[in-house]
Amino acid sequence: MESIILFAPLAGALIAGFGWKLTGIRGAQWITTGLLFLACAFSWIIFFTHGPDTQHIQVMRWIESGTLSTDWSIRLDRLTSIMLIVVTTVSALVHLYSFGYMAHDDNFKEGEESYKPRFFAYLSFFTFAMLMLVTSDNLVQMFFGWEGVGVASYLLIGFYYRKPSANAAAIKAFVVNRVGDFGFALGIFALFFLTDSIKFDDIFAAAPELAETQLTFLWTSWNAAELVAFLLFIGAMGKSAQFILHTWLPDAMEGPTPVSALIHAATMVTAGVFLVCRMSPVMEFAPNATAFITFLGAVTAFFAATVGLVQNDIKRVIAYSTCSQLGYMFVAAGVGVYSVAMFHLFTHAFFKAMLFLGAGSVIHGMHHEQDMRNYGGLRKKLPYTFWAMMIGTLAITGVGIPLTTIGFAGFLSKDAVIESAYAGTNGGFAFWALVIAALFTSFYSWRLMFLTFYGKPRGDKHTHEHAHESPTVMLAPLAVLALGAVFSGMIWYGSFFGKEDYVNKFFGIPVAEAAEHGEAADAGHGAADDHPAPAADHGDDHAAPAGDHAAVAAPGAGAIYMGPDNHVLHDAHYVPKWVKISPFIAMVLGFVVAFWFYIVNPKLPATLAENQRPLYLFLLNKWYIDEIYNFLFVRPAFALGRILWKGGDESIIKGGINGLAMGIIPFFTRLAGRAQSGYIFTYAFWMVIGIAVFITWMTLSGGAH
Amino acid sequence: MGNLLSIVTFLPALAALILGLFLRGDDAAAQRNAKWLALIATTATFVISLFILFQFDAGNTGFQMLEEREWLLGLSYRMGVDGISVLFVMLTTFMMPLVIAASWDVSHRVKEYMIAFLVLETLMLGVFMALDLVLFYLFFEAGLIPMFLIIGIWGGKDRIYASFKFFLYTFLGSVLMLVAMVAMYSDAGTTCIGGCDVSLLKHNFASESFSILGVQIIGGMQTMLFIAFFASFAVKMPMWPVHTWLPEAHVQAPTAGSVVLAAILLKMGGYGFLRFSLAMFPVGSDVMANFVFTLSVIAIIYTSLVALVQEDMKKLIAYSSVAHMGYVTMGIFAANQQGVDGAIFQMISHGFISGALFLCVGVIYDRMHTREIDAYGGLVNRMPAYALIFMLFTMANVGLPGTSGFIGEFLTLMGIFQVNTWVAAGAATGVILSAAYALWLYRRVVMGDLIKESLKTIKDMTAREKAIFAPLVVMTIWMGVYPAPILDRTGPAVEALVTKYDTALAAAGRTEADTQVAVAEH
Repeated sequence: MESIILFAPLAGALIAGFGWKLTGIRGAQWITTGLLFLACAFSWIIFFTHGPDTQHIQVMRWIESGTLSTDWSIRLDRLTSIMLIVVTTVSALVHLYSFGYMAHDDNFKEGEESYKPRFFAYLSFFTFAMLMLVTSDNLVQMFFGWEGVGVASYLLIGFYYRKPSANAAAIKAFVVNRVGDFGFALGIFALFFLTDSIKFDDIFAAAPELAETQLTFLWTSWNAAELVAFLLFIGAMGKSAQFILHTWLPDAMEGPTPVSALIHAATMVTAGVFLVCRMSPVMEFAPNATAFITFLGAVTAFFAATVGLVQNDIKRVIAYSTCSQLGYMFVAAGVGVYSVAMFHLFTHAFFKAMLFLGAGSVIHGMHHEQDMRNYGGLRKKLPYTFWAMMIGTLAITGVGIPLTTIGFAGFLSKDAVIESAYAGTNGGFAFWALVIAALFTSFYSWRLMFLTFYGKPRGDKHTHEHAHESPTVMLAPLAVLALGAVFSGMIWYGSFFGKEDYVNKFFGIPVAEAAEHGEAADAGHGAADDHPAPAADHGDDHAAPAGDHAAVAAPGAGAIYMGPDNHVLHDAHYVPKWVKISPFIAMVLGFVVAFWFYIVNPKLPATLAENQRPLYLFLLNKWYIDEIYNFLFVRPAFALGRILWKGGDESIIKGGINGLAMGIIPFFTRLAGRAQSGYIFTYAFWMVIGIAVFITWMTLSGGAH
Repeated sequence: MGNLLSIVTFLPALAALILGLFLRGDDAAAQRNAKWLALIATTATFVISLFILFQFDAGNTGFQMLEEREWLLGLSYRMGVDGISVLFVMLTTFMMPLVIAASWDVSHRVKEYMIAFLVLETLMLGVFMALDLVLFYLFFEAGLIPMFLIIGIWGGKDRIYASFKFFLYTFLGSVLMLVAMVAMYSDAGTTCIGGCDVSLLKHNFASESFSILGVQIIGGMQTMLFIAFFASFAVKMPMWPVHTWLPEAHVQAPTAGSVVLAAILLKMGGYGFLRFSLAMFPVGSDVMANFVFTLSVIAIIYTSLVALVQEDMKKLIAYSSVAHMGYVTMGIFAANQQGVDGAIFQMISHGFISGALFLCVGVIYDRMHTREIDAYGGLVNRMPAYALIFMLFTMANVGLPGTSGFIGEFLTLMGIFQVNTWVAAGAATGVILSAAYALWLYRRVVMGDLIKESLKTIKDMTAREKAIFAPLVVMTIWMGVYPAPILDRTGPAVEALVTKYDTALAAAGRTEADTQVAVAEH
């Protein structure tokens, strides 16, 4: 069943890509979509039936060289099964949605150019690569998936190959990702060097040793665990568009919108978070590296949210929102609460895919207009889309009833992240950055809603008159995702962020059954069976159970690992009340300000932008980071290339070596003037002379042997 | 078949002889006959060479299918293959039928053209199989002559200059190599490379340091011999800074010439490093390793940057070849299992990929007669099949996992990381730069709207062209997904080589300067 999940999308991609002339365009679409739904159904079956234990399934040998042994194989545990349902569900829905979205495309000549099978083939190929990534049992196969999704992303961003901007964005995405891959690859090499294996099980088992090992890397000696964690995180930064390596993600919106929903929101960009969670046994032994992850996640969450405030392209707003939400996930992983990072990844996949598909529906209805300044008042024209977007907005801004576990998916997971951030940093920078980012999130999300669906129609009158609701085939996926956006948080809250025992059980972390811990364990079970622990329990089990339960589990025994000193998950349940309410307050504030700016007093934003021009431009131009990179890296690389070529190869080396040779051996210079046959015979002649010398020497010294 | 190796080696030469003696005239029929004979001969050579692969026993780390015969003047004719050379033999026999098929449109002196390629195949195969020093030298040096002719007669307008430059570079190297070979013979008293009781591979060349004119030569004679061979192999590879002949030669060579040059001839340098430098002069290799690493890293970064700004497609791919060969030299002198396995794999894989890329250039060159990147743009609109194949090999060239390009790059980097992390980090920047130049090339040639008037009628690939690419596509993906058959064959021989290397270093009292690991004190 696992193999079918894995290879069904590949089969679909191959059939659609190479066999669409046989199956027909419609057939290619149905086959890919059908296979994806099959994979999706199987994934859900595995999610519900496969226990929390870890299973290894070997498929085929891959790279074997000396002690390096890499297989194509599947690792099935809780992390895998969570990712399986996320990937296959969103992918299946996006396939279905694309029937409608790609039905007509002005970028291609209808009837002449077969862009549809190509699109579906790419989508399925992407899904295959993503599944390879998440099911991998070793780092090298993961790297295969990692780069595979990169290629799929490249192909899909550049899908409209006639658009120069799309081509540029595609290359940018690939190259920036490669910067991350550079770090990832070095991390793999370091791990192989240290542990003599690239299999997860071996690495996890060796993790405690790594913390005790020093490794010379470049100019200095590093703690091995820290170095490996840091290098792998560079890979995660690239794929998950974290600050410094985030620049490709907004540009990636050049791709068709279903692609943005699938790749650049729900699945591929979360691969970095998945990597950090997967490597949790190593991360737990690298306190400095994880502190850096927390810091950078917080910076990204804040930075991207500020930029999102002023963007006008509907997809770019959501893109920055994605970037920001990924920052949230990294903060959770950085402070050591991997289950919460996965929780937010899980819920985010639903509501963000939904926001993108909703935006796609708006764009589709508005004839590929993406500038929100030309929207307005679309609520009536696109009622279903409006409600879908509304649910997505309620989910991302985190609407729910404070101090309970009732609310939209984002409410539960985002609050869990913020509480973990508070517990993990003692109310430090990361916590405050995330709370402020939550305020901004609320503001830009509502700004998007108000600009798009409320107020008076702006922009081209003709477009507005012809605005139409999308077909059912596009609305149905929205409905399914809406279910996830509403309920996924409430349903799985306990599994990801409940009592420690419950979370441990869900992730397959062995729980202490030893006699001396018996009581504590029982107490813990008792509490878990009830409702989330009341604050009164706090004093009793604060120190003992959480720590002891984790202590008995060896690294790698469960899908995630939390070190014996890692009580953040536990502490996060006992943060002060004001901390628990703070994201709610931020959300309300954001809503109020957005309401005031775009409903009550719509002239205000323009005035504000005029008054605060430098700040506005700074945000609008994304902190000028693209310009800085262009100045620092891109142009110097080309300039250096030109200098080395013209100044190096073409003059110095060529001139020098030729000049030298020509100077010393004027004999050849004369030959050069002659027909080419001249020196070829000379060459042959010299060769014969050489042999002659050799043989003479041999004869003089007594012959061979 | 006791003389299987000789049959494979000389079959193409026999075909060349038949062509030379019996084919008369230069009319269409004669041309067609010449092409068909060449194609049949190279294909037959490939089919027979498969027996070498089947008979080859990977578990045996010595030389196999040995042939030995007395030759003139007391010289010996000795042939054999081992885990290091067998794949290069297969690469050569595999590529040649494709090269001939890709030359179907040649119309100028077809007979001579085919003879040149057939003789070239014999000589290249000889290099990889020769087990006698003199024989090796003969094949190694003579192999250049048909290549000069191919560039010089069927090349572009600056062919004379390019051919001369190619000649000059390689000639200087071969003089030094000859001197070194004489010295080796004096020291070891044999010209047998391997597979004999007394052979160069078994001989321990002196490695005690000595000084000449007050200059201390660490590693003594081994270092001297290393340097002499290095001069020759480094040019063939080619390594920075003696690479500048390659872009010239590629630009001027006809498509098939470029394919042979990139796919096979360059590998003679790498093979030489493995067979001679690393295996016979371990101490010398160790002494010079950091020097080689430095050149390799410079090659990777320097030529990748230069590739970024090229305006000629062939030059761009030629520079990319130099960068890829940088991984090879780095992997070889990392002198551990992953490094050497990776280097061999990278050479084989690069044979398919660079060969295919030059064929890709050839496809559009045949149609438009220009290699200027700016002359193209938007080809995908009219040539979807071409776009797909070019994309595949572009991705293989940047080392995408799942293609053969990844495995060589990955293993060499993994090998070097264990020796020197600076070199590993420097070389790994190549994965970023290669993505930049390769995709930038692809974008300018294939992507975009088709605006240029001259391209409006360009035709997609013909069935013949597709048939030429098909085996390369299969090999590139198969080797990327299931490289075990390749690695299984090289593995034991490489292991023996690496072990021998380590033993020799230990005996010479040179501790390896590996990446340092220490357990922290608590």
